[in-house]
Amino acid sequence: MNSVANPEQLPIVELGSLDELWFQVAGTRCNLSCTHCFISCSPHNDSFGFLSFEEVERRLLEAVEWGVKEFYFTGGEPFLNPQLVAMLERTLAFGPATVLTNGTVLKPEWLERLRAAEQGSLYSLEFRVSIDGPTPELNDPIRGPRTFERAMQGVDLLVQFGFLPIVTMTRVWDEGQDHEILGRFRDVLRQRGYGRARLKVLPRLLLGAEANRTCGYSSSDRVTAEMLIGYDQSQLVCQHSRVVTDRGIAVCPILIDSPGAILGDTLQAANRSFAVTHGACATCYQFGAICTNPSHK
Amino acid sequence: MRLAFFGGIYSNHLALAAAIADARSRGVDAMWCLGDLGGFGPHPDRTCELIRNNNVSVVQGNYDHSIGHGLNDCQCGYTDPRDNHFAQLSYDYTLTHNCDDHRTWMRTLPAQQRVEFDGVRLLLCHGSPRRTNEFLWDSTTSTQFLAKMCDNNACDVILGTHTGLHWQRTWDERGAVSTKSRGFINVGVLGRPENDGTINVWYTLLRTGGDVGAGEAPLPWEVEFVPLIYDHERLACEMRDERLPDEFIQTILTGWWTTCLEVLPSKERRRGQW
Repeated sequence: MNSVANPEQLPIVELGSLDELWFQVAGTRCNLSCTHCFISCSPHNDSFGFLSFEEVERRLLEAVEWGVKEFYFTGGEPFLNPQLVAMLERTLAFGPATVLTNGTVLKPEWLERLRAAEQGSLYSLEFRVSIDGPTPELNDPIRGPRTFERAMQGVDLLVQFGFLPIVTMTRVWDEGQDHEILGRFRDVLRQRGYGRARLKVLPRLLLGAEANRTCGYSSSDRVTAEMLIGYDQSQLVCQHSRVVTDRGIAVCPILIDSPGAILGDTLQAANRSFAVTHGACATCYQFGAICTNPSHK
Repeated sequence: MRLAFFGGIYSNHLALAAAIADARSRGVDAMWCLGDLGGFGPHPDRTCELIRNNNVSVVQGNYDHSIGHGLNDCQCGYTDPRDNHFAQLSYDYTLTHNCDDHRTWMRTLPAQQRVEFDGVRLLLCHGSPRRTNEFLWDSTTSTQFLAKMCDNNACDVILGTHTGLHWQRTWDERGAVSTKSRGFINVGVLGRPENDGTINVWYTLLRTGGDVGAGEAPLPWEVEFVPLIYDHERLACEMRDERLPDEFIQTILTGWWTTCLEVLPSKERRRGQW
């Protein structure tokens, strides 16, 4: 490896191994319109569409040859896709599955089926429920009126069915407050009967709706080729992930709506290098492994 | 051949001494430790001495790499602040209680080792062949991933530790789960019990060739996970004397993990108390 990078050289990252295959299963359709959403999902955003059961199954079969380790389902709100439960049942025959949900549309009959599917599988089914802080005062201005209580009811329901959801929050406070906020959230969840709460904090991504709300990334928020020298590239999501969307295979779940993010129609076509020149790539570089579960490290 | 594999010792020198004696009583031909000699328990020098004086071959764990090079932390890869707090207490204690000779020796340990017995190609590592501190949990590691890892490394069986929980999976050439020739084995750890409310720890025996049990179609290798009882009350007493955290001592006495829980996937987490 060169020890000095040419200043004009692009910061190129190869796909090292395809460990995580993501499904943009609900496209950009969501029942909520969070102010910080990095792909501006909403009830009316159809820029990416739903995936079909057949499409997911086809990719699962394709994933076997690639040695994919884990599968993730995201949107939008994945549970808006009426075939999601069947897709998860099928996926658990191939590997572990994680769903990123806002927790507000869950139904007991779905969770009953999913609990049975997980019990019959070798693999874990994880739920990551997005709630941006331990109080409605922190969460609701970002995610919408009453969304704190509705999402917490979703957490209650998951716990009732024996799941251990990972409450995932975007850091809308100073990093120095993490310890205090996490402690408060654990107390709130304990009071509701979730005694061994699992929590994950995500950095804010200045894209989509969040870029409209703030100033977005500046031109200096960039990864350079020199910054990649000696850096553990497995910290970057694009080094070990790809995303199935209805428009093709995208490089990572954060950038699907960004120029150049769709790499091809098949996993083979998407097995190519990517220049991490977007502002969000700098956030990924700084914080590392931001999209995967804590058990993945 | 009869082979014994010890996972992370975490300075549990009493369990290590018991495991060496138990393995010898079973007539093993060779013993390996798959790394993480220190951490959690008391008197780390005692573990190093036992390993070095009993002809146990060692693969370097992330802990050994850190202690050997005098790094600032154990590189365990925890993501939760509370887990990192306890990991740091344990690391700082271990670093200051290891002699220079052991630390120099740890630096020389190989990151992985390949051996072949009776035509079975084994790859010994700590976390995974590609990364020393990679967590490979039973419930979050697909079979196709393991099959590809074996193919990429041209081996039949991969043995690792790092997560603290023993498990195995076997598959055939096409990657289907079966009792065929390829496999991954997490050998468990001697350092602390398995978060199931029992106080025993685990090690692994692997038999190849003529030592494989008879059957209609004998497999090229077979695994036995061995539950090991040792003097856990004495270990707890030594930990108290060394003023190690009460949370660690409770784990030794009760069999339930009290720290480093946030990295567990949900299936593994549900089996514990906390």
